[in-house]
Amino acid sequence: MSSLARRRATDYTVKVISVAFAAFALLLLAWILWTLVVRGLPAIGPHVFTRITLPPGAGGGLLNAIVGSLIQIGIALVIGTPIGLMCGTFLAEHGKTTPVGNAVRFVNDVLLSAPSILIGLFVYQLLVMPFGGFSGWAGAAALAVIIIPVVVRTTEDMLNLVPIGLREAAFALGAPQWKVVTLITWRAARAGIVTGILLAIARAAGETAPLLFTSLGNNGWSLDMNAPMASLPIAIYQYAASPFEDWVALAWAGALLITVGVLTLNILSRLVLAKMK
Amino acid sequence: MDATLTGNQAASAMAVARKPTGRLSDPIFVGVLWASGIFVLILLGLIIAMLFEGGLPALREFGIQFLWSTTWNPVTEKFGAGVMVFGTIFSAVIAVIIALPLSFGIAFFLTEIAPGPLRRPIGVAIQLLAAIPSIIYGMWGFFVIVPLMAAYVQPPLIDLLGPLPVIGALFQGPPLGAGMLTAGLIMAIMILPFITAMFVEVLESVPPMIKESAYGVGATTYEVYRNVSVPYGRTAMVGAVMLGLGRALGETMAVTFVIGNATRMSASLFAPGSTIASTIANEFPEAGPGSLKLQSLLELGFILFVISFIVLALSRLLVRSKLKG
Amino acid sequence: MNFTSDTSIDIASAVNRATAPTAEPKLKVEGLNFYYGENHALKNIHFDIPEKRVTAMIGPSGCGKSTLLRIFNRMYQLYPGQRAEGKILFDGTDLLSKELDSTVVRSRIGMVFQKPTPFPMSIYDNIAFGVKLHEKLNKAQMDERVEWCLRKAAIWEETKDRLHTSALGMSGGQQQRLCIARTIAVRPEVILLDEPTSALDPISTSKIEDLIDELKQEFTIVIVTHNMQQAARCADITSFFYLGEMIEVGPSAEIFTNPREARTRDYITGRFG
Repeated sequence: MSSLARRRATDYTVKVISVAFAAFALLLLAWILWTLVVRGLPAIGPHVFTRITLPPGAGGGLLNAIVGSLIQIGIALVIGTPIGLMCGTFLAEHGKTTPVGNAVRFVNDVLLSAPSILIGLFVYQLLVMPFGGFSGWAGAAALAVIIIPVVVRTTEDMLNLVPIGLREAAFALGAPQWKVVTLITWRAARAGIVTGILLAIARAAGETAPLLFTSLGNNGWSLDMNAPMASLPIAIYQYAASPFEDWVALAWAGALLITVGVLTLNILSRLVLAKMK
Repeated sequence: MDATLTGNQAASAMAVARKPTGRLSDPIFVGVLWASGIFVLILLGLIIAMLFEGGLPALREFGIQFLWSTTWNPVTEKFGAGVMVFGTIFSAVIAVIIALPLSFGIAFFLTEIAPGPLRRPIGVAIQLLAAIPSIIYGMWGFFVIVPLMAAYVQPPLIDLLGPLPVIGALFQGPPLGAGMLTAGLIMAIMILPFITAMFVEVLESVPPMIKESAYGVGATTYEVYRNVSVPYGRTAMVGAVMLGLGRALGETMAVTFVIGNATRMSASLFAPGSTIASTIANEFPEAGPGSLKLQSLLELGFILFVISFIVLALSRLLVRSKLKG
Repeated sequence: MNFTSDTSIDIASAVNRATAPTAEPKLKVEGLNFYYGENHALKNIHFDIPEKRVTAMIGPSGCGKSTLLRIFNRMYQLYPGQRAEGKILFDGTDLLSKELDSTVVRSRIGMVFQKPTPFPMSIYDNIAFGVKLHEKLNKAQMDERVEWCLRKAAIWEETKDRLHTSALGMSGGQQQRLCIARTIAVRPEVILLDEPTSALDPISTSKIEDLIDELKQEFTIVIVTHNMQQAARCADITSFFYLGEMIEVGPSAEIFTNPREARTRDYITGRFG
């Protein structure tokens, strides 16, 4: 009987601890968000969106960094999404049992979790060194390498959710494979594929390390893709570690912007996914 | 009406000459699919080749000792990876040690305790921790956690545990706030959602029959968790922990803010240190093209790649083997 | 069971039609063997399927009847590791020949599946999808085709006012008739039905059975079914499959009233399966 009481007590204790752990994790999330709001919100004003980065005390904003980020993410999407989509489709269509398919799936999983700073070094070696310097193109290429595995993974997962019957029905009408895939399975998995792209944008938007050695950052206004280009994460990195109060405040403003954007994209995509399943 | 339509359409029915619909387009489409699959393989190959080639001169210069030499002196141009390799593994292991019990607890909470309607929102909220960009963790760590560590956590620990034999070595030095432990702590929060999510996935795949039969003989919820569910998913759970480790090994921005960036080796949890990733991020701006320092940084990158590749590959093998079988 | 006196007349006429001398069979299966990897799923099948008749294939699960159906439109070719040997003559051409393009085969031999498979698009586009693959029609011709096939599938009245709404909003029975319409719209010569009513309620089922009766005026129909009454009601010819072999084939009336083989009798009387 006393052993039963002890077992019950253990069970109870463990339950209390695990509730506490979960509460702690939620608290951490709240703490981080709270810090961002408290420090970032007061620093947000029209100047953040209308002025470019300026020397300390000159009342600069983040306009060039925001625009630079949007441009680089946009180009990365244009490069990365089609490759990711096709590769994910390859895995769903031809990669089920073939050794090449298994190898691609394995490599993609590794790329998905590989240190992003190495992607930056890689693009530095591939595009920056041989082509004479840091550039917006190099930054976009590095972000594309970040985006591809995310899109590949979600595309394959989502295509696998499409009922086999739908595919077979399209084939049974005499459709060629490319029409079955592009007009039927892609369409049936559309919401899920879009989700993957949203997640990829969220991932790319916050990446700092791959941009350090590729687009470098730029304190002036520049839309030249062949020149170093500003980006929000790099501006935050540069400003957060600076000794100037107004720069640090801008870093918090930028941090709040990025986090709100990234979390919104994440929640949005989860809602879409929940609806699909 | 019906009859005329039928007649009209039927008359031409057999006259239709059927042509193949994809004789040319399908091979092209399949070719593009295969090409993009192969592209991803080539991408990884290129990453390996570029990092290897870039670091090769440093390896030639310093020999294989580069891997463990603890010298990192930009003035004399003597470089070795020892301190950073140590710091990378040390901080990542701290992160896993902190994250693991938390993940076990939270996974238990999410699969066994949380009431149905709360499960998803809480699970999603914890997953959002993984979505927050690394640089945000860096800032939060630098401005919020480091001062707390320096003021409230480290001084009492140094006073209390520092004088002890053996483990006292872990608690030496001034309470700077930044250092190995702080880096490990921040990374623990970052990898926690990954490990937890995979734990939950594995635990939910345990056949209900097995659990029910354990409940049937009077086991408590915790006993079923510890003796049935966890052993059942053990292989995949080890894989999940490896994934967390792999992610921590390569973490850059968060670590760069809070590890203190010292290129000295110390066993103390509180000593500032550096990881491979933080060293690359920090020292790259001072490494000119073609310099020995840049080559050494690229070689560091190659070493990091090899370490994380091994860990991630192992993780994947363990996770996939279990989830499939 | 509704084997009343007037049903027996039906059977008599079916026998007459089925046994009446016809031209060459539409599909002639000669020495067909089929393998799923190592598994020998169909063994030396010889089978004639007459034109503009309903031919049913019955048998317990796993007997190979659905497998055979999926060979007729080369569905099996979608899956590596599945292999057919032998000959299936379709108006004299070998269906299994490599020179024959699968998309051509499938445009001439259509298929309707067990579960309704509406595409995630409008009712109109569901039908236009298949038609556009093989023919270039202008808007008026396409409108005409859509109406024609929906009328054929006895679903025009229910759909004419909502042609441009999503097909996913229809009931299961309507979806299945839409799938039949979609198949007809391509104007095949043969229609394969793979347990087309197993996912439907009795009312929808009887509508589809009526439809099958209509369609055999113009199309050769092959149906796989688990439901023996359905085979008896709809089919002119019935074949019985067991463990990958075709045990017996003949006019439905004969198979259901006086089977030659003991195994057929056991199956029909419900002793196994």
